[in-house]
Amino acid sequence: MTLDSKIPDAPLETMWRDHKFSMKLVNPNNKRKFEVIVIGTGLAGASAAATMGELGYRVKVFTFHDSPRRAHSIAAQGGINAAKDYHGEGDSVYRLFYDTVKGGDYRSREANVYRLAEVSNNIIDQCVAQGVPFAREYGGFLDNRSFGGAQVRRTFYARGQTGQQLLLGAYQALARQVAAGTVELITKSEMLELVTVDGKASGVVVRDLVTGEITSHSAHAVVLATGGYANAFFLSTNAMASNVTAAWRAHRKGAMFANPCFTQIHPTAIPSSDEFQSKLTLMSESLRNDGRIWVPKDPDETRAAADIPEADRDYFLERKYPAFGNLVPRDVASRNAKEQIDAGKGVGPLKNGVYLDFAAAIERLGRDAVDDKYGNLFEMYERITGEDPFVTPMRIYPAPHYTMGGLWVDYHLQTTIPGLFAIGEANFSDHGANRLGASALMQGLADGYFILPYTIGDYLAPMLGQPKVDTTASEFVAAEQAVRDQNERFLRTNGTRSVDWYHRELGKIMWDHCGMARNRAGLEKALSEIPTLREEFWQNVRVPGSADTLNSSLEKAGRVADFFELSELMCRDALMREESCGGHFREESQTEEGEAKRDDDNFSFVAAWEWNGPGVEPTLHKEALEFKNVALTQRSYK
Amino acid sequence: MNLTLRVWRQAGPDAPGRFETYEATDVSEDASFLEMLDQVNEQLTDDGQEPIEFAHDCREGICGTCGLMINGQAHGPERATATCQLHMRKFADGDEIVIEPWRAAGFPIVKDLVVDRSAFDRIVEAGGYISVDTGSAPDGNLIPVPKEVADASMDAAACIACGACVAACPNGAAQLFTSAKMAHLNVLPQGQPERHERAVAMVDTMEQFFGSCTNMGECEAACPKGISIDFIAWMNKDYRKGKMKSRRSA
Repeated sequence: MTLDSKIPDAPLETMWRDHKFSMKLVNPNNKRKFEVIVIGTGLAGASAAATMGELGYRVKVFTFHDSPRRAHSIAAQGGINAAKDYHGEGDSVYRLFYDTVKGGDYRSREANVYRLAEVSNNIIDQCVAQGVPFAREYGGFLDNRSFGGAQVRRTFYARGQTGQQLLLGAYQALARQVAAGTVELITKSEMLELVTVDGKASGVVVRDLVTGEITSHSAHAVVLATGGYANAFFLSTNAMASNVTAAWRAHRKGAMFANPCFTQIHPTAIPSSDEFQSKLTLMSESLRNDGRIWVPKDPDETRAAADIPEADRDYFLERKYPAFGNLVPRDVASRNAKEQIDAGKGVGPLKNGVYLDFAAAIERLGRDAVDDKYGNLFEMYERITGEDPFVTPMRIYPAPHYTMGGLWVDYHLQTTIPGLFAIGEANFSDHGANRLGASALMQGLADGYFILPYTIGDYLAPMLGQPKVDTTASEFVAAEQAVRDQNERFLRTNGTRSVDWYHRELGKIMWDHCGMARNRAGLEKALSEIPTLREEFWQNVRVPGSADTLNSSLEKAGRVADFFELSELMCRDALMREESCGGHFREESQTEEGEAKRDDDNFSFVAAWEWNGPGVEPTLHKEALEFKNVALTQRSYK
Repeated sequence: MNLTLRVWRQAGPDAPGRFETYEATDVSEDASFLEMLDQVNEQLTDDGQEPIEFAHDCREGICGTCGLMINGQAHGPERATATCQLHMRKFADGDEIVIEPWRAAGFPIVKDLVVDRSAFDRIVEAGGYISVDTGSAPDGNLIPVPKEVADASMDAAACIACGACVAACPNGAAQLFTSAKMAHLNVLPQGQPERHERAVAMVDTMEQFFGSCTNMGECEAACPKGISIDFIAWMNKDYRKGKMKSRRSA
């Protein structure tokens, strides 16, 4: 298997434009002869399905939600970047590209990132035309803020609900195509197998989550837009149903999985309050603009926060990073918080948080000003914890948030399986080792509106006149049977422990050993523990109910089975990558000051893993990363 | 804390339903309402019973998937709060809590506490969009939008389509949802060309599925996002104008 990234041999500035000209086209009247399946209706899936419908393709789009509008993109708060330079600050496509490559710690692909920056401006235009109610200045023009450490104002936003509004825009565009009859929308259905015929993606097998009916669907191409896999950690900021199943089943059918260990850990989540907590809630990172982060110097401190005098507090970020202080990048803030807690200095009933203290800001700006700026966040925090941040400092702790790894794709967003495309968070290509703020929404919509709908034509054009594979083909029959067999096995096992119990245990292993700080010993330990737990899961899980009705235990069992296999690959990938980069701190690779040390000589590549069967070691393939336009520099926040 | 739950169980859309009583023991007051149900479900699973099906996903009050009638109130006792953001400290040790699915003819029961809200999608498909093809949009700043207009649009667009408005309405009407979806677009300059056509299509579709509005205001009181019933007045105005226009052109 060779990895052909299909990056055109051209200067970045003209690459995408020239490449669009060189790609094969499908005549508008012929587009309706092609059928495309899209899995997922988040920013990437809904925008791709809508756009392909507009172009004339016949599209079938599946979501496991009861409505496309519930996809987890809806929860993104902050904003979306574009290189508009509406404020005359010198922003440009090149600067957005440069910042994004650097922010990804030089582990993303220059060509893809440049294209992302290039189409970013079209995204804003498209969304405005759709009626996305972006924030406005009094003159009626679009407002921006700076976000995630950017030095120009390039982030467009709609209150704290940007993801919601962008998704509604894409969902409405999709609804328009559903009404027009170009797109068939199938809700409450989960893809459980990818079907390949003669090595090409030919369709999918899905389960109707309400009736349990298992059906096959064939098409000329399949697009996965199924999001990320941070729920491998059990506790993450992802929605409860976010999972890796579609991507993982595709991986098992031959699609390579790239950089699986790259997870973004977000520093400002609310720490969990008890063992039964189901997920973590993110607090906006903007809080770090005015909050001071500290822990008591004494691990045995028992006084209330307000009673601890300054002399007994350790403002550890301000102490270690005087230039950036509390505004160090996400990975640095996260790692330092974990260090304090691991040293026993955590705060709160479970000693699992650090203080984010607004007392100084309240004194400096006044309570009303702080309320104006952060009131809604304070209210949300109080609702969840029962504590008032005006009186008691907030408690925060890092949480897995976004996954930069995913299915390997080439410049056309095609995986190593011909006819199978992966877009948005489900692919690996644009974020490198660390995602910048406000860049994930940008990628979802760039892929869905402006890239995939055109690159997919290049794949389909030569297939004109070819019928899609009939769903009675043996490959479909076998895939359906595999789905039925797995469901029956879960229901028959009748063990003693719930699916959630196994998911929680797996999550603990992953957080302890494959989180933001890793070392060889820990990863090797995880790699010995996970297979044991996985075996026990298959022997001893208890899944009540039946397969022919709504059965969330059964749904979760399949997802957790896939998380087990993925988690092993994440640990293997982390073990192989003996460098620190982005948010991924390999303890063996650090500078004398204890900072992350990248190793460009040995690890400037994309790690793409090939599936060799359950329990068999996967094969590592490397795509060398070339940086022709951005000089590699070591990050420093001292 | 320990609680007694009276939970609506129904095996399928056509199966008879009934209340079952469960004891929820040792519940942390820091738990969310849905985490309390998770805990009960884990106990039911351990006891060899089928867990209670309920709809949920983001658990951050934004996806609109969750929604339960709690002691007869949509999303429970706390104002402007989705069920997932309701925490057990709002209840007292020893409380009995009645938990039911959304009750509305427009939302048929799927199973237990899960209902089918796909009629909402039909309303959006009828016209809840602006007809613009990808790639044909002018520069964003060529469409200036006064700040107060953008803010009003955002107020309406904050609707999460959970369905509490319908569940709280004695008539099972969907005016608050439909008017919010419509006002989001109808107040904006971009929404003007299709404004009245949109109003007619969305309202006529809504009426195929849901009851009539008699201005009770229960919808606004139950809305987790505090959407104002002013939008209903807006909608009625646009609908009337749309009907007049279509009559003139007929």
